[in-house]
Amino acid sequence: MPRVLLIEDDPSVREGVELGLRRRGHDVRTAATGEAGLAALAEFRPDLLLLDLMLPGMNGVQVCRRVRESSQLPIIMLTARGDDFDVVIGLEAGADDYIVKPARTEVIEARIRAVLRRIEEPGGGRPAVEFHGELAVDRAGLTVAKYGERVSLAPSELKLLLHLCAAPEQVFSRQQLLEHVWEHSYHGDARLVDACVRRLRNKIEDVPGSPRYIQTLRGFGYRFGPL
Amino acid sequence: MISGLRTRLVLAFLLVAAVGCGTTAALTYREARNAILEQAQDTAVSSFRDQIQELHLNLPPNTEQMQGMVRGLARQGKPRDWWVYVEYGSVRLSSGTNPTSTVITPELRRQARGTPHGSFQRVVRNGEPYLTMVMPVVFKTAQTGTGGQTQRPTGLTFYAVMRLTDEQANVDAMVVAARDGALPALAIALVPALLAARSVLRPVRDLRQAARSLGRGRLDTRIPVKGGGELSELARTFNESTAALERSVDELQRAEARARRFASDVSHELRTPLAGMLAVTELLDEDAAGLDPDTAAAVRLISSETDKLAVLVEDLMEISRFDARAAELNTDEIDAAETIRRTLQSRHWTDPARIVLDLPDGIRARLDPRRFDVVIANLVGNALRHGRPPVTVALRTETRPPAPRTAEGAADGTPDAPGGGSTRWLVTEVADRGPGIPADVLPHVFDRFYKADQARTRSEGSGLGLAITLENVRLHGGTVRAANGPGGGAVFVVEIPLTTSEVTA
Repeated sequence: MPRVLLIEDDPSVREGVELGLRRRGHDVRTAATGEAGLAALAEFRPDLLLLDLMLPGMNGVQVCRRVRESSQLPIIMLTARGDDFDVVIGLEAGADDYIVKPARTEVIEARIRAVLRRIEEPGGGRPAVEFHGELAVDRAGLTVAKYGERVSLAPSELKLLLHLCAAPEQVFSRQQLLEHVWEHSYHGDARLVDACVRRLRNKIEDVPGSPRYIQTLRGFGYRFGPL
Repeated sequence: MISGLRTRLVLAFLLVAAVGCGTTAALTYREARNAILEQAQDTAVSSFRDQIQELHLNLPPNTEQMQGMVRGLARQGKPRDWWVYVEYGSVRLSSGTNPTSTVITPELRRQARGTPHGSFQRVVRNGEPYLTMVMPVVFKTAQTGTGGQTQRPTGLTFYAVMRLTDEQANVDAMVVAARDGALPALAIALVPALLAARSVLRPVRDLRQAARSLGRGRLDTRIPVKGGGELSELARTFNESTAALERSVDELQRAEARARRFASDVSHELRTPLAGMLAVTELLDEDAAGLDPDTAAAVRLISSETDKLAVLVEDLMEISRFDARAAELNTDEIDAAETIRRTLQSRHWTDPARIVLDLPDGIRARLDPRRFDVVIANLVGNALRHGRPPVTVALRTETRPPAPRTAEGAADGTPDAPGGGSTRWLVTEVADRGPGIPADVLPHVFDRFYKADQARTRSEGSGLGLAITLENVRLHGGTVRAANGPGGGAVFVVEIPLTTSEVTA
């Protein structure tokens, strides 16, 4: 069962979520501040970080940035609907997904599972490593290299890239991507997709302003290529 | 109204000018006419009298002598030519063709007998003015002792008839002159009249503009108060009233803002404890089976009510964001039919006996998928709860001229008309086969926490579903209205302007 680090300043939420997840078999460690959470990170080595955005002192976005500097640990933000600005900033900072509070434990757990779920292995006959232009995508090893140099991608970025390049030149709408990559409902928040695409472009495109790999089809969605 | 006032002012001004002109002209005319006529008649009468007195005649005169006199007199008409008639006994002679004149009145004849100095009369015959004079010839005898004279009629009477046509022409010319002078004077008077009306009406115009500006919601409108007339009194009253109105509205708005902030604060404060509670409700549900029945029931109650409370608080937060205009529209271009189908699927409303769909594919619309999902889910959920199946969900597009539309119980949006031409609208209709909405409830269906039946103290949803629907549609620039269908049953129609042009990269 996954190890989850929860950084949440409100005791009742912290305790409630911890109780709920622990009951479902998760190994949960909690921290009340960003600083304490970062300190627990190295020692607890969680599989996933549940991160409240509104924290005293160092806020959730800063924590998210700090984590991303050194690791591609899956991060799910806890937020309240209406804090739209924070959601966008958090997603830009590298969070993979977000959950609107208050949420039932089953919803939280479903999101955790979705973020942690691995992309299915390629079927027989397909090579493990695909080359797209300057990109080398290793579906088995779940690594991406550009000009032979490894690109470190957050889980959502990697899954998005794998999903898109599995069907080059096919257009996926934001809703389809939300369903398949994030396992959200069809009516989810498309900003999740847009923010992830921006982050991915910054890492793999030569000129993020005029993308070659992840192309936008106005009014329809995104596609991989054509190169 | 103001044009009426202006017209009345100008007319009054012109009336005064006309009365002034007319009176002056009439008085001048009368004096001048009298002067002209009197001068003519005085000259005529005195010259006629002098000429009569200078006559030398032997009594009794014979006809030839009289004829000679008449001719002589007729030649010396002053100031104009005249006809001379003479009467002596039964003899009638004249300088003209007729021995007697038709112009001389019996009245003049009577006067002739009474006054030895003669008399005259102005007569109009056949539209022509005449001066008629009569002059009896008298003896003058010196009276011894008194030094006076006595006069005795000779029985010889001279008449003179003079046409006053030239004088009349002069008088007529004066009338024409007066008229020709008065009309331009009136026309010229129109200019100061208009100027005066304008200056008098300026405060009225200011007042009208101020009232209009007030009507547009500019409550800080004030009128500059000048001088101390009645209109400035009105302006002062207007200013005082607007100031009072502005204060009341400010107070109301502050109170409303306080109320809304309070609702927002309350729901914010409720959310955090709810987040903790909601995370553990499953735990309670799972363990309830192992508790004694009363405790289990209590635990399940807490669990289910926590769920409802979470929905209510979430809806309250949503409404608060609309009130604070903090609601954001995160649009994406999507297939409208697919979006509706997904909404129904995710809520398991897929039984064809309960839900009938008429969703043509290929209508792409720029919508906020989450908000559109809420709209459809609220309307269909509402129809399933209050109406009777099957519930029909129909989708279509309509092209309409960009006229501003208002409808009963509808939210007014201001759709952007692309290119200023006609606008395409996405029309979604949700209808049920239930009893419909009572007429007294219909205007309130989109009200917050509105309950058709006051005895039902708690609605099945949060009581905010349709209010949130309305706000979500409004955020899209659209309208939603409720009505009863021709075959009974409630019909909700959502209309959203179709904009598919601009897309964010």
